[in-house]
Amino acid sequence: MSFDVASIRKDFPILGTRMRGKPLCYLDSAASAQKPQVVIDAISDFYSRHYANIHRGVYQLSADATRRYEEVRTRVARFIGAPDPREIVFVRNATEAINLVARSFGEAEIGKGDEIVLTAMEHHANIVPWQMLAERRGARLRVAEIHDDGTLDVSSLEGLLGPRTRLLAFAHVSNALGTLNPVREITAMARARGITTLVDGAQGVPHAKVDVSALGCDFYAFSGHKLFGPSGAGVLYGRLALLEAMPPFLGGGDMIERVSFKGTTYAPAPQRFEAGTPDIASVIGLGAAIDYLEGIGMERIQVYEQSLLAYATDQLAKVPGLRLVGTAREKAAVLSFVLEGVHPHDIGTVLDGEGIAIRAGHHCAQPLMERLGLPATARAPLAFYNTTDEIDRLVAALDKTRALFA
Amino acid sequence: MDDLRELYQATILEHNKRPRNFAKLEHATHEADGHNPLCGDALTLYARVDEDGRLSEVAFQGSGCAISKASASLMTEHVKGKTIDEVNADFERFHALLTAPPGETPSAEGLGKLAVFSGVREYPVRVKCATLAWHALKAALEARGETAKTE
Repeated sequence: MSFDVASIRKDFPILGTRMRGKPLCYLDSAASAQKPQVVIDAISDFYSRHYANIHRGVYQLSADATRRYEEVRTRVARFIGAPDPREIVFVRNATEAINLVARSFGEAEIGKGDEIVLTAMEHHANIVPWQMLAERRGARLRVAEIHDDGTLDVSSLEGLLGPRTRLLAFAHVSNALGTLNPVREITAMARARGITTLVDGAQGVPHAKVDVSALGCDFYAFSGHKLFGPSGAGVLYGRLALLEAMPPFLGGGDMIERVSFKGTTYAPAPQRFEAGTPDIASVIGLGAAIDYLEGIGMERIQVYEQSLLAYATDQLAKVPGLRLVGTAREKAAVLSFVLEGVHPHDIGTVLDGEGIAIRAGHHCAQPLMERLGLPATARAPLAFYNTTDEIDRLVAALDKTRALFA
Repeated sequence: MDDLRELYQATILEHNKRPRNFAKLEHATHEADGHNPLCGDALTLYARVDEDGRLSEVAFQGSGCAISKASASLMTEHVKGKTIDEVNADFERFHALLTAPPGETPSAEGLGKLAVFSGVREYPVRVKCATLAWHALKAALEARGETAKTE
């Protein structure tokens, strides 16, 4: 069955708007994805007819809001293959999820002389929380190498896994290059050595069906806003046994069992990690986004995106002076590139003038850029609402860019 | 392309390709690094201030986008022979030119060739690119000895 992208585009009202007088060509979904009408409506409907605080009301409206919120937890668990909804902690975004693990698991389990292993392709969100933890605890960060094509040097990574390694944190998909990492192979190596694993899934979840049980990771973090849901709701998946053993992250209401001035006992996971009133409406919106994606089918989305990626890779290769950065065989639909003689920032501005939204910069991965010897790249990720016509517009605009700077 | 031609005027494109005073300045009396964390642009600014308090030479090195490179290049030409007070006043005028609200016609008086950057105000995110070299020069002249940042 063919993929009816024209009909899908109609689900996203913003895709019918214009930027600088031209039809918006949105090629920045890796930074944040656009929202289908059903998500916008779900939030509006929730505020219009169902809103109350959760987990505390004795009245029907609150009980109903609680049920809706908790139903999303169940749907998220099913969506990513988590065996138990209690393994789903709602947070603001992937960054907060990783910080939660660093603060809670990290403070309890990682001490002086212990090692945390990362890779050279990580987003700052999967570097800085570990750096902060390492500084607090006197632990050490070790960084696995990558190859020039942007693939992970798995043997370098394996060589770093030692008796002091307490945690291995790595991206499912590189945000800057699109590289798809061999997660199962890596988690198997870690498991064999009793090392806990955290996968930064911010760029993994939007592009393919994710099954955390099959991936074999202990933690998996992602943001709802990159998954076509609203900003403000993200997810930390954690194996139940780990979550149950972890101390709280933030203290406050909703995360307690009993409070007295002598001491407090904490609620079980996941409530233990959800102090205070959460972004309830955004969680509802995330549920609507997941329903929408499941309606299309993540497998079909992946197939369509891969065909777009192949087309875009071919077309961009024809642009003189253009070099793709990140050419892994296994990659998600992310195109990162540089153009000879034109700084990525200038590419971004010329494309802006053509109604094309891309990202130019270091993509919050400065150590990766340094490793690749580049100050910045231009990045055009592809989502399932993008089209071959848009790729043609991108290529034409890049030709204009070259002409302007010739 | 009209808006873009307004931004990337011929003078800017030409200075991007052939930046003036693009070298390390030997015997510099002042020096500072400039860094734009948004896009990774980085440059080092060198200046020599003579006994009469005037900038006799200004030069820069580094990498950046066309706007930041051309701005640095044109700045080195513009400030030569000026006093530090004059440079500071020009920076203020230049900044006002770049950030004038839409609908207002900003004055480019006293800015000479720097008026070619007036198109930047249609692209607010690029203001930092156009002012990077100026921030670095200011830091150098104030001898703060730290990296000047655009934010």
